[in-house]
Amino acid sequence: MPILQPIGRVFLNFLAATGRLSLFTVRATSHCVRPPIYPRLVMRQMVEIGYYSLPVVGLTTIFTGMVLALQTNSSFSSVNAESATATIVVFAVTRELAPVLAGLMVAGRIGAAMAAEIGTMRVTEQIDALSTLSTNPFKYLIAPRLIAGLTMLPILVVVGDIIGVFGGYLIAVYQLDFNAANYLAQTWRYVETLGVVSGIVKAACFGFIVSLMGCYHGYHSSGGAQGVGAATTNSVVSASILILGANYLITALFFGVG
Amino acid sequence: MDADTSARPKIRIRGLSVAFGTKHVLRDLDLDVGVGESVVIIGGSGVGKSVALKCILGLVQPDAGSIQIDGEEVVGLRGRALDRVNAKIGMLFQSAALFDSLQVWENVAFGLIQGEGMERESAHEKAVEKLAQVGLGADVADLWPAELSGGMRKRVGLARAIATDPEIIFFDEPTTGLDPIMGDVIDKLIVECVRGLGATALSITHDMTSARRIADRVAMLHEGKIIWTGPVATIDQSGNDYVEQFIHGKAEGPIQMQVRR
Repeated sequence: MPILQPIGRVFLNFLAATGRLSLFTVRATSHCVRPPIYPRLVMRQMVEIGYYSLPVVGLTTIFTGMVLALQTNSSFSSVNAESATATIVVFAVTRELAPVLAGLMVAGRIGAAMAAEIGTMRVTEQIDALSTLSTNPFKYLIAPRLIAGLTMLPILVVVGDIIGVFGGYLIAVYQLDFNAANYLAQTWRYVETLGVVSGIVKAACFGFIVSLMGCYHGYHSSGGAQGVGAATTNSVVSASILILGANYLITALFFGVG
Repeated sequence: MDADTSARPKIRIRGLSVAFGTKHVLRDLDLDVGVGESVVIIGGSGVGKSVALKCILGLVQPDAGSIQIDGEEVVGLRGRALDRVNAKIGMLFQSAALFDSLQVWENVAFGLIQGEGMERESAHEKAVEKLAQVGLGADVADLWPAELSGGMRKRVGLARAIATDPEIIFFDEPTTGLDPIMGDVIDKLIVECVRGLGATALSITHDMTSARRIADRVAMLHEGKIIWTGPVATIDQSGNDYVEQFIHGKAEGPIQMQVRR
């Protein structure tokens, strides 16, 4: 039937794309753990992903912490539960907001840049040139970015946790007249290992996703400037969706049972 | 240059076929390139010249056929085995394909550092030496590719191609996009470098002036096959209508261009 053909085509294309991505992931991951590793390139990517993303992650999390304190206080005051503000801020920031927002911001900043850089290298034959110079593009281009994404996002999220909680503290103490010592004591009491660890695990997963999507779409880009533009868009969109999906799965894994 | 055609060819291609979907780019292509010989493949745009080179380099997997380098089959090689074969080959890409994120000297020395594990200081010296060989001063070594003109990019690409003293050098449209004077300069450098190294050269071009300068032998590719091959001196007496039309750049003849009206 004519109506089934397009559905079937979409489904087959989806399966083919999933297969390509799976093979790319396995190949890329295997090159992360097999020598040679290029420490100079890994360090360069760590600086690019970690150091240069600090301002954007810091700004995102501080404003989020501030808004969260305001909203919690405003909402909970109707049931006389304003005192839960510190608890809500620390739970929400460490478990969810810092990792997810950092992941999304890094996807926009780094994932797009990776796709554009690798995509340009693809359409200008630079990746072919690497192969002719006896250098595996997966080792030289992909593995350093995956390693850097995997290791740097957890560090960014720990910094984001601290800044986000500090943002909530600023609003609670200087605008909502909370007692500073009490607020800090309550915050400290509710900083739980499981929440922080789950945030760090999420961050590592999101960092891997961002780098993988940037590299995958860049590596398979074609058709000149338009193709590179499409690769950039696809990398950000796919990384964002995968981050949100993975966030649910990891949350369910840590907190969903019992 | 006198090619050693009596011995085993440096590159031997038999029955090479490549299709992308329903489009057949190469069909049973046969070609031998002798040791120390400079062969130029000519042909119109889109006839599969670049695909043939990419098959030899392992960048495109053919659907059928055999490619031997020094008697060793290279179709299907992967990983270190492919790297070992590619280590014999230098390549000048059409757009030079310089790495934007590396300085000129790092581009030239890339194969030495990554492929041969040479120390950066020694590689820098060798890069400056190779740049001098293609007529570029030491001051160019620290520039970035974005700061170079088209002709300089080609020269740097050539310096990179010869940096590891390869046994085989491929040239993909070496004079495309250059003015006639710079084209002549690049052609002379190619001839000097190939002869200096005693290398085997395989070039692809549709620039007949360039082909006449750098070739010992010319092969014409049309519809995925080599339809004529012979010494460059005999190309004007080829007796082949396709070659005649191509070398004289005539619209009328057996080669019909797809022109949408």
